[in-house]
Amino acid sequence: MPWLDDILWTYQTLIHSLGINGLLALSMYVVLAAGQLSLGQAAFMGLGAYTGALLSLHTGLPFALVLAASALAPAVVAAVIGIPTLRLTGVYLAIATIGLGEVLRVVYVNAGITGGALGLNGIPGRTETWMIFLALGLALAGAFAVGQSRIGRAMEAMRSDGIAAAVMGIDRAAGQLAALLVSAMLAGLAGCFSAHSASFIGPNDYAFETAVTILSFAILGGTGSPLGPVVGALVLTALPEVLRPLQDFRLVFNGLIIVLVVLFLPRGVVPWRMPRLGRLPRGMAP
Amino acid sequence: MTALLHVTGLSKRFRGLTAVAHVTFSVRAGHIHGLIGPNGAGKTTVFNLISGVLPPDDGEIAVDGRSVTRLPVHARAGLGLARTFQNIRLFDGMTVLENVATGAHARLTATLMQCLFRTPAWRAEERRLREQSLELLEVVGLRDRADLPAGDLSYGEQRRLEIARGLASAPRLLLLDEPAAGMNPHETEALARLLGRVRDRGVTLLLVEHDMGFVMKLCDWITVLNFGRCIAEGPPAEIRRDPVVIEAYLGAKGAARLACGESSL
Ligand SMILES: Nc1ncnc2c1ncn2[C@@H]1O[C@H](COP(=O)(O)OP(=O)(O)O)[C@@H](O)[C@H]1O
Ligand SMILES: [Mg+2]
Repeated sequence: MPWLDDILWTYQTLIHSLGINGLLALSMYVVLAAGQLSLGQAAFMGLGAYTGALLSLHTGLPFALVLAASALAPAVVAAVIGIPTLRLTGVYLAIATIGLGEVLRVVYVNAGITGGALGLNGIPGRTETWMIFLALGLALAGAFAVGQSRIGRAMEAMRSDGIAAAVMGIDRAAGQLAALLVSAMLAGLAGCFSAHSASFIGPNDYAFETAVTILSFAILGGTGSPLGPVVGALVLTALPEVLRPLQDFRLVFNGLIIVLVVLFLPRGVVPWRMPRLGRLPRGMAP
Repeated sequence: MTALLHVTGLSKRFRGLTAVAHVTFSVRAGHIHGLIGPNGAGKTTVFNLISGVLPPDDGEIAVDGRSVTRLPVHARAGLGLARTFQNIRLFDGMTVLENVATGAHARLTATLMQCLFRTPAWRAEERRLREQSLELLEVVGLRDRADLPAGDLSYGEQRRLEIARGLASAPRLLLLDEPAAGMNPHETEALARLLGRVRDRGVTLLLVEHDMGFVMKLCDWITVLNFGRCIAEGPPAEIRRDPVVIEAYLGAKGAARLACGESSL
């Protein structure tokens, strides 16, 4: 199908962004679904991007291992931040992650190996479209499977009422830490894909602004199910392209759409709530 | 006889205020045990200490001979401890049925991998859970509300859902904090029958309740608190005639008036 190849070629950057932002949105969802707020998703993404880019530039590791390392590096940092802050209830994680992006930016600028303010150039284009969407599909399927089990119910319980959840035997600190680690891994994976898609990364790509954009995917899409944030990411990624004719007004319009959704669709563009207990097969229902 | 719950010298202070002071009592297996006392006597605080929601300043709590004093809240559910809340704490966004299923968390065994790959073992456990949860809703009379959001239930229904959620873990000891509060006499009567059935299923109950008729009819044994102290203990027939208890509830004047008449609590 040559016409399909044409489309894929012309819009490759956009198509990659759709999938990568979908992964980032899912990474945000995993934290929010467990009742915590992280503003470090962009920082986790950046760690994955730098880890992956450096490994590809300096070693001959196969891409699968590069991806695995890019998922693990941010998870280690997430553990260091999460273990002390998640023992406490409240917004400590959000506060602790606000500064993370800035701290890492300073590291990227000053450490020699990370290319300083210019960032890293000539990263090999190892990301294939199918890889991104396979990862996104698997992550979505996993989020649905786990979300509809005792683990998903525990997550919603700790988000809804931490004290009642604990009385039910749910270990909130452990559950929220696990969610944060999974979330950091997804963001790291997305960062690695994006670095090997764009061929260039810089220290300013993963700052607070990016963290807020990732959060807005989840807010626009809604967090009733894993689908919401992914749809939010697709909309917010495609919108600037669709609005291209508006030129300079496009950012204003983009912002306006987010505000309108928050005002009139408080549960997001996908208000559907994922059930937490499977249905009996038809005919068995009493 | 065996004490399922043993509380020794339990104390809790909130800044200047001593909410619970050296409280000692035992709950026998199979009993419905009442914990009564005027408002602010420290009953809810005792529940918070037993369930681990608050750490005690002093004292020991043992379930079935095993000390749980230093166990985190979530570890106590696995030892057969469950509770309801005076100020209802349901998971509002979840359905009624999901609330009950969440109450069963501690006794479910599915691992992350089993959930992720939806293995036959996971399926079987979830199917059993669904059936058991529906059965519990039947017991508390909420079977036809199963798929509603918990937040949509009436006050009395929410109280009954808290009981079903507490029973879902198949506890040995269920702490009930004012289960009849806000219920009409008809609902209260149904609740008394329900709690009797729960006891007959082998669940020991520790009950905080202000409705004296309810407490006296239902309880096998009663502990009375006042200003955080244990002021009386015994079977309902003794407690209702105990002048110390009557004075705590009605004040000295009321007690004197009561002594002239023939009525009791
Ligand atoms: N978390 C708390 N912080 C401060 N004071 C509290 C707290 N919980 C209870 N109290 C106080 O402790 C006393 C006992 O309260 P409580 O245990 O709720 O009584 P009861 O349940 O018997 O009505 C009251 O004076 C109450 O104001
Ligand atoms: Mg109380």
